[in-house]
Amino acid sequence: MRNEAKLGLALLLTPLLLWLSLLIFIPHVDVFLVSLRERVGVGTYETSLANYLTFFNEPLYLWTFLRTAVMSVLATVITLLIAFPVSYYIAKMVKGRVQSALFLLCLVPFWVSELVRTFGWMILLRETGVFSSLLQFTGLSSGPVEMLYNDGAIMLGLVYTSMLFMVVPLVTTLESLPDEVVEAGYDLGGNGLSVLREIIVPHAMPGIVSGCIVVFMLSLGNYLTPTMLGGKESLWFTELIYSQFIVRFNWELGAAFGFMLLILSSAIVWGMLKLTGQSLEKTMG
Amino acid sequence: MKNQSITLSTAVAFAFMGAATTASADTLRLLTWGGYAPEEVVAKFEAETGHTVEVTKSNNEEMIAKLRATGGGGFDLAQPSQDRIAGPQQEFGIYKPIDLTKIDAAQFIPSMLEATKINTTVDGAVYGVPHVWGTSGLVVDTKSAASVQDYTDLCDADVAGKVSYRLKRPTLIGFAYAMGLDPFAAYGDEAAYSDIMSQVEAKLIECKAGVKTYWGGGDELMGLMRSGEVVASMAWDTGGWKLNADNPDITFVAPASGALGWVDTFVLPAKGKADEAAYAWINFVMQPEVAAMITAAAGNFTAAQGADAYAADDLKARYQASFPPEAIDNIKWYPPVPAGLEAIEGGVLDRVKAAN
Repeated sequence: MRNEAKLGLALLLTPLLLWLSLLIFIPHVDVFLVSLRERVGVGTYETSLANYLTFFNEPLYLWTFLRTAVMSVLATVITLLIAFPVSYYIAKMVKGRVQSALFLLCLVPFWVSELVRTFGWMILLRETGVFSSLLQFTGLSSGPVEMLYNDGAIMLGLVYTSMLFMVVPLVTTLESLPDEVVEAGYDLGGNGLSVLREIIVPHAMPGIVSGCIVVFMLSLGNYLTPTMLGGKESLWFTELIYSQFIVRFNWELGAAFGFMLLILSSAIVWGMLKLTGQSLEKTMG
Repeated sequence: MKNQSITLSTAVAFAFMGAATTASADTLRLLTWGGYAPEEVVAKFEAETGHTVEVTKSNNEEMIAKLRATGGGGFDLAQPSQDRIAGPQQEFGIYKPIDLTKIDAAQFIPSMLEATKINTTVDGAVYGVPHVWGTSGLVVDTKSAASVQDYTDLCDADVAGKVSYRLKRPTLIGFAYAMGLDPFAAYGDEAAYSDIMSQVEAKLIECKAGVKTYWGGGDELMGLMRSGEVVASMAWDTGGWKLNADNPDITFVAPASGALGWVDTFVLPAKGKADEAAYAWINFVMQPEVAAMITAAAGNFTAAQGADAYAADDLKARYQASFPPEAIDNIKWYPPVPAGLEAIEGGVLDRVKAAN
């Protein structure tokens, strides 16, 4: 009996372990090994840290990473600021069918692929697009307005793409906050601001932290949105990795970039958690 | 329990073996460009030879990246440009030599076949034969940007904000020629090539303010030109002719410093399994009538002898309008890219992209 249970557990775990080792662990090890190779001549390679040195010695690459990280943090903050009131409204202010309907409205855009959504924004923002035509039609602008191919367009796309990943954890945590606690806060003489600061935000903290981590990582690792909406001004770190691998045939440098992205983004998340006095255990538990 | 699992694993093993046998010899896995293997041609080939064809559409960089990832496996026939064969072969060993006795040489235009053979020879073995050729140059809306006659004219103030090009190596080469430099002559000399590239880099950074965006794919460029947001751009000749069919004002212009000529080839990936089918495909599509069907689909002419006779008249007319005889003589054909040059170009492209 005991043995059968063990066998059962082993069999159940096998797919997970296979998935983890074959699709996550082994590829990472392989990428790491590739990143340690340096091309010294036609078809000959040596083991060295040259690729990592390139990352630190060429200001362009470091600068691109910083730009990507700062834009991603900004996108995360904006997403949080927009998603919090929305989630609070869905979780606390409305009930029943309206609640489900509103939640569904947040989900609907994600039924089509990211590519289609990004094309949608391109149609809206381009010089001959919907917004530009509307502005000219209403007389607010005398000529065509180009809203695509700048940082603002990238930010818009990133926030739009990640909204759902902030709303879902926030709605879940806010729903678990009993109404009585909020009422008690007001009964004890609190006003809207102090109730928000002392009761609602602390209760929603796990949702805020997990939402922020997901949105930050998604923005940092996004390829499509910055490339398509940013055009000539995009310059995103994932784009650098892609071009090293596919366009330059320089897998070694691309692999080193990939690893730097993994390490630096983990460091940023860890630093942010420390800075705000949060921990992953608290968020998960 | 034990017996069951043995039965199961044998069944699985047989299933795999079955899959392996059906995937052998008769399936041609073709890695090619959009338009090079039209449905009707594939159907005709399958009916005539009994082989089946699986088409994967790609581009130069992706083809090489895919073949490199598998060490030359996964496909039986690929179609990179002739300048991208010798370098990657030396570096990664992803192709195998072509057995020229299995190719019907009489179907090829002799000068193109010879040139491609020379350009794709590594260690005495020939790795490629020509298929489709064409040029890249400028697509111009002649009504509003008639002043654009060369690559560097894309930087003019009167078209500022309304031009586009790709941020890839053809742009670097084209600009170098338009600036009076000769990048192909410097291919063998890394220092001289770096010097040329840094001049081009300075020029491209200077021009960046006037560029609307760097286009990434043919469809994106079509959208930009059709909407009138862009009036002049670097592009392939076929792109210009396609736009010309919709809007007679827009057409392909061979730049004053010379259009850049490319030849897409047939190569055999190192671990290809259906060589017979691959040779059959090459000999099949090089027949003049079939080559004309591919020209109709892809918009470009092929290296097939006598296929011109079957080409559509409007395409011929557009070709002749864009290419007066002196422009054809002025085409700069891409020589093989030596391994390692991409790293120099890559640095330039990254810095241009990052410049403000």
